[in-house]
Formats: sequence, structure tokens, C-alpha cells
Amino acid sequence: MTGVERIPILKIGDVLLASIQVDLQDRDVLALQEDLAEKISATGAHGVVLDISAVDIVDSFIGRMFATIAATSKLFDAHTVVVGMRPAVAITLVELGLTLGEVRTALDLEKGLAILAELGEQAPR
Amino acid sequence: MTREDIPIVADEDVVRVRQVVRSYAQRAKLSLVDQTKLVTATSELARNTLTYGGGGSAVVELLGEGRRQGVRASFRDDGPGIPDITLALTDGWTSGQGMGLGLSGARRLVDEFDLDTAVGRGTTVTVTKWSR
Repeated sequence: MTGVERIPILKIGDVLLASIQVDLQDRDVLALQEDLAEKISATGAHGVVLDISAVDIVDSFIGRMFATIAATSKLFDAHTVVVGMRPAVAITLVELGLTLGEVRTALDLEKGLAILAELGEQAPR
Repeated sequence: MTREDIPIVADEDVVRVRQVVRSYAQRAKLSLVDQTKLVTATSELARNTLTYGGGGSAVVELLGEGRRQGVRASFRDDGPGIPDITLALTDGWTSGQGMGLGLSGARRLVDEFDLDTAVGRGTTVTVTKWSR
């Protein structure tokens, strides 16, 4: 048995960034979900960016976890944006029939951060 | 090697299946999109084998038929079997914690799909994708 791969979570301003660089096992995704919830709660971050530009497949389990992360973040008043989805992954997700729920998507990190900034302005705190 | 057996008994075996299928799909010269579809389908099926079948094994094969090449992956378990195949292949229906896209979604992502199951006897799902 190998251990859980902990995905590093970086803080930029009031946004948390998790960049997924490994082939995800189910328990890695579950760990990320827990780590993000704790980090949002501890930092009061208003946004979460999941960078999946290095991810070569998203199946229904991983996709559902993205939706769960977004739903959990929302409870802490934070929005979630998934950025950098590869074209082949996007085509496959549509055919698989998976919708990502409340998850916003953006082409790249820059556009993802812009979306979060916009959402932050709409709901000033 | 044109055939590989992979036991599916733990979480990391699902990742192993994805890696083997990816390398076979590249050898069969599937397009990147077709590789991704096949790897995603087999990821769903490997997880089903683990979650619902209580573990089992996968066989991944490289196929050659005339000028076209393909990859076939077969997932076998000795679990409880599927009582209602039509229901199990319906989008959104799940007997567990999933989204109910595993079987139906996997079927859409491949060229050939075969389901052999009987209650109390286990389940074997075989999928094939061909190069175009």
C-alpha cells in the first residue's frame, strides 16, 4: 500500500490554489477535499482554484469530487474554479455524461483568477 | 507483451489499470481523444470491480485485425452480480455512492461493450476500442 499523496495548497491573496500534478488515487482526492475545507476555514479564503492542466483523465469519481469541493467551499462562502482542462478530457466528460454541478471552469489560471475576482466584487464583504 | 493481467484489490490498482491501458492505447495508435475515452472507461470499470465486485482482475490486450489495431480490456469479479442489467445501464442509477455513470458512461466511451453477469456468480465487463 502506498500512502496518500498530499496535494500542496498555495495561498495567493485570498485565493487558494491546488495544482494537481499526480495520477490521482481516490483517496488522494478525498484528502484534497478535506485539506481544502480546513484551509478555507482557517484562512477565510474567498476562492479556490483547482488546476488540472496536468491531469490526463477525469472519471466520474474525480469529477464528483470537484463538485463536492465546490459545494463544500460554498458553505464557507468561497467559489471554486477548475482551470486548464485538456480538450480530450473535456470531450470525454461530455460523452461520459458528467456535469460538474456548481463548479465554474476557466481556460487557464489567469482567467480563473479573473472570474474569482469578479465574483468577489459582486458580493462584497 | 501484448497481454497483461492486473489484479484489482486496492485503490492504487485502479491507477495501475489506467496506466497500462494508456500505454496499450498508445501502442495501438489510438488518437489522444480515443485514448482518453478508453482510459476513462476502464477507470470506471476498474473502480466498479473494486467497489461493487469486492475486487477481481483486469486483462488488457493489444488486438490486431487486418490494418486496424485496438485495445480490449476485460474486468472480472466474483462479487454479487447485477440483478437488473437494464437498470444498471441506466444513466443516474446507482446501487452505491456513485453517480450512476460508471457502466452507462463507460459503454458510451468505447466501440464494443459486453456485460456478462449473474446473481451470485460475479460480473465480467469487456470493452474494446479500435484505431480509426
